[in-house]
Amino acid sequence: MAMEHVKGEDRGNVVLYALSTCVWCKKTKELLKNLGVDYSYVYVDLLKGKAREDTVEEVKRHNVKCTFPTVIINNEKCIVGYKETELKEALSR
Amino acid sequence: MNQEQEPEVREVQEFRRLLDNEAEDFGYHLNPDVDFTEDLARGLIVNERRYGYRSCPCRLASGEEEEDQDIVCPCDYRDPDLEEFGACYCALYVSEDVLKGKKELGPVPERRPSLDERAKKRDTLAGSDISATPSAELSHPVWRCKVCGYLCARDEPPGICPICKAKRDRFERFI
Repeated sequence: MAMEHVKGEDRGNVVLYALSTCVWCKKTKELLKNLGVDYSYVYVDLLKGKAREDTVEEVKRHNVKCTFPTVIINNEKCIVGYKETELKEALSR
Repeated sequence: MNQEQEPEVREVQEFRRLLDNEAEDFGYHLNPDVDFTEDLARGLIVNERRYGYRSCPCRLASGEEEEDQDIVCPCDYRDPDLEEFGACYCALYVSEDVLKGKKELGPVPERRPSLDERAKKRDTLAGSDISATPSAELSHPVWRCKVCGYLCARDEPPGICPICKAKRDRFERFI
């Protein structure tokens, strides 16, 4: 699967790297939806071959342990794990 | 691309109940949030179908069983995480204090070493000669369950850990 886009309010370039089986990733998706944020997400466990390798490298660039969920805001701020307060602070106006 | 069949609700519920009963039998506790643990149980079923083993739903599996052995549920990191944070990494299992509401459940950082760190550790282990350790003086080698720490002195590790029910491949030579 490729990157999916969820329409919402522009709060910067928000990308969620997730696993399709992970409950904390699911909670993060729900939080982003409730915040009404425009974002993209990808389920890394469903990627194969080079697409997966490239995506894993991209996650590692921000989060060495390559854990999920990882949220990247504007290609610089990185929030690892379901951190409700931190995500809200970073994505609220 | 995702042609996996979603596990049926009844299957998920039954599997969660099984995990719950097993946990209680062996002195562990499942997270009391049933919806939450059913989601995790679903993830475990999906992973078992996808990879052939019950890899942690909250970690990226490599698809290689040997590489992922430490994250097959219950993972090698469950017990130390229960001790330190009151829950395992995905929070399927919680400590008694969390269960009784004496301790708040917070995020559990990843204890599993990174891919590079794991490769380094494997190289070190491969280079060490366990037969050079004092085991020569013992009548039997000692095996350690990597999931719960159970030790036993016998020629081969048991087929199943009598304490936590982990399979033989989760045992390592201790002495």
